[in-house]
Amino acid sequence: MVVALSALLAPWLSPHDPLEQDVLLRLASPTADFPLGNDSFGRDILSRILWGGRVSLYVSTVAVLVAIVVGGALGILAGYIGGLFDRIVMAAMDVLLSLPTLVMGLLVVAMLGPTVGNLILAITLTAIAPFARIARAPTLTVKERDFVEAGRALGFSNVRLMVVHILPNVVDDILVMAALWLATAIRTEASLSFIGLGVRPPTATWGGMIREGFENILDTPWLAIYPSLAILVVMFGLNMLGDGLRDTSDPRLRHE
Amino acid sequence: MLTYIVKRLLVAVPTLLAVLTVVFFFVRIAPGDPAFIILGDQASQQAIAAVHQELGLDRPMLVQYLDFMSTVLRGDLGMSLVTHRPIWSEVANVLPYTIELTLTALVIGVVLGLPLGIAAARHRNEALDYAARVFSLLGLSFPAFVSAIMLLLAFAIELHWFPVISEARPGDPLSRVSALVLPAINLGLIMVAYVMRVARSSMLGVLGEDYIRTARSKGVPARVVIWRHALGNALIPVVTVVGLYLGVLIGNSVLTEIVFNRPGLGKLIVNSLNQRDYTMLEGLMVIYAFIIVIVNLLTDLTYGLIDPRVRQR
Repeated sequence: MVVALSALLAPWLSPHDPLEQDVLLRLASPTADFPLGNDSFGRDILSRILWGGRVSLYVSTVAVLVAIVVGGALGILAGYIGGLFDRIVMAAMDVLLSLPTLVMGLLVVAMLGPTVGNLILAITLTAIAPFARIARAPTLTVKERDFVEAGRALGFSNVRLMVVHILPNVVDDILVMAALWLATAIRTEASLSFIGLGVRPPTATWGGMIREGFENILDTPWLAIYPSLAILVVMFGLNMLGDGLRDTSDPRLRHE
Repeated sequence: MLTYIVKRLLVAVPTLLAVLTVVFFFVRIAPGDPAFIILGDQASQQAIAAVHQELGLDRPMLVQYLDFMSTVLRGDLGMSLVTHRPIWSEVANVLPYTIELTLTALVIGVVLGLPLGIAAARHRNEALDYAARVFSLLGLSFPAFVSAIMLLLAFAIELHWFPVISEARPGDPLSRVSALVLPAINLGLIMVAYVMRVARSSMLGVLGEDYIRTARSKGVPARVVIWRHALGNALIPVVTVVGLYLGVLIGNSVLTEIVFNRPGLGKLIVNSLNQRDYTMLEGLMVIYAFIIVIVNLLTDLTYGLIDPRVRQR
């Protein structure tokens, strides 16, 4: 939460322009004015971390939201309609799953070019399949239940049955996955930026900052360490959130 | 068991074909004409047409597709656009490094993760369990390149225990081992976190079952209950995670190879990306697809091995 807030408020919180360069302060140690020091272009590291968080969170959140909507819809449709449609959709999902997240991201961005839109597309593609799977499983059991049958007898449309009666039963599982996949998405975005396929410099991103720091790791290791810590805090928080959500949503674990 | 193997193979083959189809169309829709990469921006119309003809890009899409599929399935990946050497030989040069790295990490992950997870489940809510849970959350939180940089900083740069650049000198097996240690630990520790987490939770689930309570009330020693009665059932989710995680491992090996400057598939990908070597990228995608389909197949077969019920289906 703190990280999300600080990323949202970056324009007001950060003491300096993340792109402002000061040659005199090149690789300077921390001072009261620049609490985390300056990077190799004399830019304020704290401001860059705050601004970098905006890019990471924006890309990852949009990607996961799109993946939830598309994947969730595909999963519910596949589970509800069943038959051939179900088999085709799930086979397509298996194909998507068969390329590792990072390799898939690498290839999409490398082929289409490193823009924010393509980054989002790459991460979305890798996240659709797991959401489709997680939405399909409960749909299969819920659609056989009496209340859905009753709805059908009352002449409700298929769309209404899916949205009003099946969706709420699927949402819990999706939320747990969302927290974990947001972490994965942030990791993928940072990894791609680290390889040099992220949003182009001079825009600050965490992965890109670590990359710049890594190039000078023998002399100025802190350049790589501060953004690393920022990523770690976010990932740790999201994983805890995911775990917490799972524990509360799974009654079997609650009673143990 | 034999029918089960045949059934799994029948599922794996169409998956592989579908993935190859995706790879083919993916490369075709990508912007950028390979002819420009070979000839440069200033190339004349005739020169471009000649290159198109040489690469077979002037033929109808369907013919290209069938040709691609048949050559790939015969094991021919074509030539690199940049080095003009067969892609297969470029890959074969570095593949042992990647395999050596991922397998070592896998062994570290299972050998440490499984017993730790079981121990955490047995001593639920004790200090050991809490330590294990914090460690596994940390392991899940570390992007592979961040942990790699930190290991590099601590053990290679500060303590000088290992070389900064993991370069194995030919004919010197010791240098190869010392070059492997840090990268393997980096990937292995993340793997330990995944395995431990799943081993713990599935063991907890199994230990709550009736047949375990029966065994305990009959006076079977705790050790025997855990290793003989519970382990078999608890292993199934662990195998799933190991299989799934191999995909993550392959992705993470890319990052690890970059940080430790180690030869391997990952460095090959990044180099061909920088040089816009499209045929090489296509070949690498095919290789990855093969690896993943084979891994999935092996995972399924392992299920059959440890769980007789799976074979019946």
